[in-house]
Amino acid sequence: MSNPNLLEVEDLSVSFRTDRGWVRAVDSVNLHVAPGETLAIVGESGSGKSVTALSILRLLGDSGQVDRGRILFDGSDLLELDDAGIRKIRGDRIAMIFQEPMSSLNPVLTIGKQVAEPIQLHRGLPWSVALEHATELLRKVAIPDAEHRLGDYPHLFSGGMRQRVMIAMALACDPRLIIADEPTTALDVTVQAQILALLKDLTRETNSALILITHDLGVVARYADRVAVMYGGRIVESAPAGELYSNPQHPYTRGLMNSIPGLDGSPQSRLITIEGQPPDLANLPPGCAFAPRCPHASNVCHDQKPALEQIAEHHLRACHGYE
Amino acid sequence: MAMNEIESDPLLQVEDLKVHFPVTEGVLGRKQVATVKAVDGVSFSLRSGETFSLVGESGCGKSTTALSVMRMLTPTAGRIAFAGEDITRHTPAMMRPIRRQIQMVYQDPFSSLNPRMKIADIIGEPLVVHGMASDKTFYRKQVAELMDLVGLLPNMADRYPHEFSGGQRQRVGIARALALRPRLIVCDEPVSALDVSIQAQIINLFMDLQQELGLTYLFIAHDISVVRHMSDRVAVMYLGKIVEMADRDALFDSPRHPYTQALLSAVPVADPAIESHRPQQLIVGEVPSVRNPPSGCRFHPRCVQAMEQCSQTAPELEANQQGHLTSCHLYGSAEGRLASAEVPG
Repeated sequence: MSNPNLLEVEDLSVSFRTDRGWVRAVDSVNLHVAPGETLAIVGESGSGKSVTALSILRLLGDSGQVDRGRILFDGSDLLELDDAGIRKIRGDRIAMIFQEPMSSLNPVLTIGKQVAEPIQLHRGLPWSVALEHATELLRKVAIPDAEHRLGDYPHLFSGGMRQRVMIAMALACDPRLIIADEPTTALDVTVQAQILALLKDLTRETNSALILITHDLGVVARYADRVAVMYGGRIVESAPAGELYSNPQHPYTRGLMNSIPGLDGSPQSRLITIEGQPPDLANLPPGCAFAPRCPHASNVCHDQKPALEQIAEHHLRACHGYE
Repeated sequence: MAMNEIESDPLLQVEDLKVHFPVTEGVLGRKQVATVKAVDGVSFSLRSGETFSLVGESGCGKSTTALSVMRMLTPTAGRIAFAGEDITRHTPAMMRPIRRQIQMVYQDPFSSLNPRMKIADIIGEPLVVHGMASDKTFYRKQVAELMDLVGLLPNMADRYPHEFSGGQRQRVGIARALALRPRLIVCDEPVSALDVSIQAQIINLFMDLQQELGLTYLFIAHDISVVRHMSDRVAVMYLGKIVEMADRDALFDSPRHPYTQALLSAVPVADPAIESHRPQQLIVGEVPSVRNPPSGCRFHPRCVQAMEQCSQTAPELEANQQGHLTSCHLYGSAEGRLASAEVPG
């Protein structure tokens, strides 16, 4: 039987060189995503969600390194590829959409050039054909008057329109996997809804997979099929979206759900908070990273890191357990 | 009647506020080519002890309104009164005693604190500026009390901002705002830069402080769920105008303006069970430029219910019988006639 997963991340650990020595940003992460599926990776700042995404495309830069693990895409390990090999995958089979549409477009190139370039590069098509293809893509992401805007520069576009252009670029080569890192955080809420609906429709249409990295639990609830919750560089819980929200099993996930105001419809009541501060990755406790903030922590939690274990079908949790 | 007394004496009153910025061109920027009407005729008032929120998307004028209330901007027209005193044209010197009573908490706890000052000095600075620090023992006691009030530990006093996380820095910002015992605190997106788990801590802190100190909040935010949680009354702004204003429950449970309805439906609820069968009324297009707002009702090009008159005449903000204000031709005078027709005799 062939593997149903498009991407499998196995036991991935990533470190960064900092002023305070090597800091582990991602620790023993396992993930998988199937064609047509939307996986959300949720976490707060420093949880390792963005680093996980960047390592899939080998975009860690000079200060980061993969310590161990495998990233299997369509059966081959992306970590084994040479530079030319990964460049073929990047922007072609796997595309990435970043948070800041203002800074990820080149300000001195026209929109038409930026969208058509990957098509010409990866598909070897003549420029005129690539440009036609680009126009179609811009129409697909609902840029009004697309054929007349090819010669415009990014500064003439609004934030939402720039993010649409980013999506058009990402779609240019019919990628099998799209990784979107906080794609709508910089946008107004009415525009956010448009962009995410568009992204979801397009991936469904092409049966490609979407990894959505976000801190917004509302966005996750509306768009994700499955969710992985990260904390301190590790996955602490993963489950289908409906299951995770109706039956959260990790104390951190529960804490997060309680922290969202307005859910239970009792305004002005005190929110149940997670006490304390997010962990310092350079100074993680020896046991569970959440133990210092966990209301249920026992001795074993402070000493030993819990493994991610299956507790129900498709539902995994990394916790020593509590009553 | 007690109720009327409170209503007749608001802590803050903003009437027909207009803030227009000139758009200039030319070498010395002397030629005015256009006007940006960032705030264009906004009226509201705050009762003592309540939380009033202004919500809206970028360019709606909510932050400009806040800065005008702080008198960091001089309004083009209209009137701002604090505790009965007209402060619209106050000079900086005249504002000094008022500033003790109106303080501000900013969005970004990373850039709003001086990185070279110790936490205790940042919190105590307003006391020094206002000449309330001559008695050193009293000053130190005040700073220690403020730190305790916002949940900072005494041993943090001599540390610098970079040693603190976002949530702790926002506590410092709040302690500083409280130093002069203000009556009104203007909060401009005070939790939007914070992680979800920390956001909840700060929201609780705001609510505790309000109870303890009887504070009044003017809350500026784009996060609908936070606004719903904290507010007593809410005004929704769009391109420089208030389009709807009502008590929290009325606004969230039965929004009347098509923009409010679309805004609320655009916000995803953190529950897949609700999300899966929630009608999604996707709003089309984006907020137009404030520099060149649409004619008539400024929302009409994006409105699914727009009628002919919407592009021609701007609707007035009118109240229904419950005091729910909406600026929309769908209601307005026609409903007013209906309502009066129903009154017998």
